Amino acid sequence: MARHGTLKKVSLSTNPSPEDLAKLELGNVVYLNGVVYTGREGVYMKVLQDGAELPLDLPGESAANFHCSPAAAPREDGTYDLSAVSATASFRFTKWMADWLRISGAKLILGKGGMSPEDYRNTFVRNGSVYLTTVGYGTGALLGRGVTKVRDVHWLDDLGIAQAMWVLEVENFGPFIVESDINGDSLFERENKKIAEGLPKIYEGTKPAVLKRFGETDDRGDELI
Amino acid sequence: MIPIDKIQATAYTLMEMAAIEIPEDYLVGLKKAAADETGDLSSFVLQAMLENYEAAKEDRRAMCGDTGTPRWYVKIANEARIEGGPVALEAALRGATASATQSIPLRPNRVHPLWRTDHDNNVGIGAPEIEYAYEPEGSWIDLTTVHKGGLFGTDYRMLFPSDGIQGIKRFYLDSLVAFGKRGLACQPAIIGVGLGGSKDACMVHGKRAACLRTVGDRNPDPKIAELEMELTELGNNIGMGAMGFVGKSMVIDTHIEVGYCHTGAMQMSVHAFCLSSRRACARVYAGGSVEYRTDPEWYTPYQRRETVTWPATEPSRKSA
Repeated sequence: MARHGTLKKVSLSTNPSPEDLAKLELGNVVYLNGVVYTGREGVYMKVLQDGAELPLDLPGESAANFHCSPAAAPREDGTYDLSAVSATASFRFTKWMADWLRISGAKLILGKGGMSPEDYRNTFVRNGSVYLTTVGYGTGALLGRGVTKVRDVHWLDDLGIAQAMWVLEVENFGPFIVESDINGDSLFERENKKIAEGLPKIYEGTKPAVLKRFGETDDRGDELI
Repeated sequence: MIPIDKIQATAYTLMEMAAIEIPEDYLVGLKKAAADETGDLSSFVLQAMLENYEAAKEDRRAMCGDTGTPRWYVKIANEARIEGGPVALEAALRGATASATQSIPLRPNRVHPLWRTDHDNNVGIGAPEIEYAYEPEGSWIDLTTVHKGGLFGTDYRMLFPSDGIQGIKRFYLDSLVAFGKRGLACQPAIIGVGLGGSKDACMVHGKRAACLRTVGDRNPDPKIAELEMELTELGNNIGMGAMGFVGKSMVIDTHIEVGYCHTGAMQMSVHAFCLSSRRACARVYAGGSVEYRTDPEWYTPYQRRETVTWPATEPSRKSA
C-alpha cells in the first residue's frame, strides 16, 4: 500500500538562506515561493560563450535556475499564455554549470533527473547550491498552476520560446524533490546503489547477445550519463 | 467525400485532447500500479502524477510541459475520398499541428537538427511525421495523434535466432534499466517491443506497439501474448519504480509487434511511451460526422495479414 505520506514537505524561498539550504534532506518534497527563471543551453551559450550581459539582477531577483522550456506562447497584447511547465534533463549542461553558478549565484538548480555525483562534489558544494528534481516526469499542469505571473521573457526573438529566459513569479510551486543536498550527496545515486544489488538476480538465465556492441559493459550498476 | 475543413477541425481537437486528457485505459493501469507500489518515493511520484492529470483536465492545460514531438497516424478505409486528396490532407494535419501548438499552447519542440531553426509551431522539415495505413472496407478516415517524448527510453539491437527468448528478455531488461535510472524513460509506461522486419521496420513496429495499443490489449498470437505478460512481470521485478526510485512500477503493459525478417535475423527494438501516454483518435465519416475515442484500433487482422491477398487465403507453407 502507498506510503507517500511519509515524505517531509518544505516551503522554500527562491532566494533561500544558507540555513534553509542546510536543513534540506535528500527526499524532502519542496514547494517554492518567489521568482524562478528558465535557463538551458541557449541561455548558457549566450552569456558564457557570447558574453551577453545578464538581463536581470542575479541572484538578487532570483537564485533559482530552472532547466525548463515552458509550453507557452506570446499573446497579441504582449502578455503570455502559459499552460504547462516541465523540466528538461540536466545532465547535458555539466560543461556550463561551474561558470553559471559563479556568475548567477544560483543556489537552487531545478531540473529533470539530477546531475552526476562529480558535478555535485566539484561544482555545487563549492557554491553552496543544491539540486531539486521535478517529479514524474512531469507534473507540468501542477507546476503551471504554481506560476502566478510571467514577469518577463528575455531573448525570445533570438532564442525562440523553448530556449528563451522566462522569468516566472511563483507561489507554492512544486512538487520538487531534494536530489542533492548541501553536502553533495545524491538521492538518485543512493537509490541506484540499492537497486543495483538486486540486478544480478533479475538477469539470471540470460546471456550476453551473440553480437556485441562497442562500449559494452556487463556492470549494469554503471550509469550511461 | 470527406470535407477537408472537418478533417482540420478534428485534428485540432485531437491535438488538444492528447495533450490534456490522460487516456482512460492507461489511467486505470496507473492507478493499479499506484495501489500496489510500496516504495515511499515512487509512491509519492505516482500520487503526484494522478493529481497532475486532474489539474490538467480542470484547467484545460497540458499534462506535461514537454508536450513531445506530435505525429500523426492516418488510416484510410478503402472507399474513402478526401476533399482535395492526400496533399490537402497533409496540409490540414500540418495546419492543425501548428495552430494547436500556438493556441493550447504546446511546447514548440521541433527544431532543425543542425541549425536549431525553430518555427515555434512544431512544424518543419519532416515534422510532424505522418504515417498511413489502409482498411479493406468503409469510407471513413481515422486520425490518431501521438505526442511521444523525443529523447530517452528507446533502443535497437540486432539479435539472432540463437539469442532466443532469453536474448529478448535480456535486451528488454537492458533498455528498462538503462533508461529507467533517474526516471529518464518517464516510467511507469507502456513498453512497445518490435521484433523482426529490418532495422527501420523494427523501430516502426516497436513504436507503434507502444503508442497504438491500449493497456490490457493482447497480441492475437497466444505465445506472443504470453511473452507480453511475462515481460511486464519481469520489468516490474527489477526493483525500480517511478523516477528510478526503489519500487516496482516500471511497466503498465508490454505490447509486442512482429514483422517477417531475414532468415538469419531477429531484430529487436524497445520503446517506452511515458507517464502521460498522450494519444487521441477520431473517425471522420464521408458525411462529416466525427466520433472521438482514445483507442487507435490500429491493429486489425488486416494490419497483421500474412497472406498474399485479402480476404485471407491460407499461406502455402508456414515457417516455424
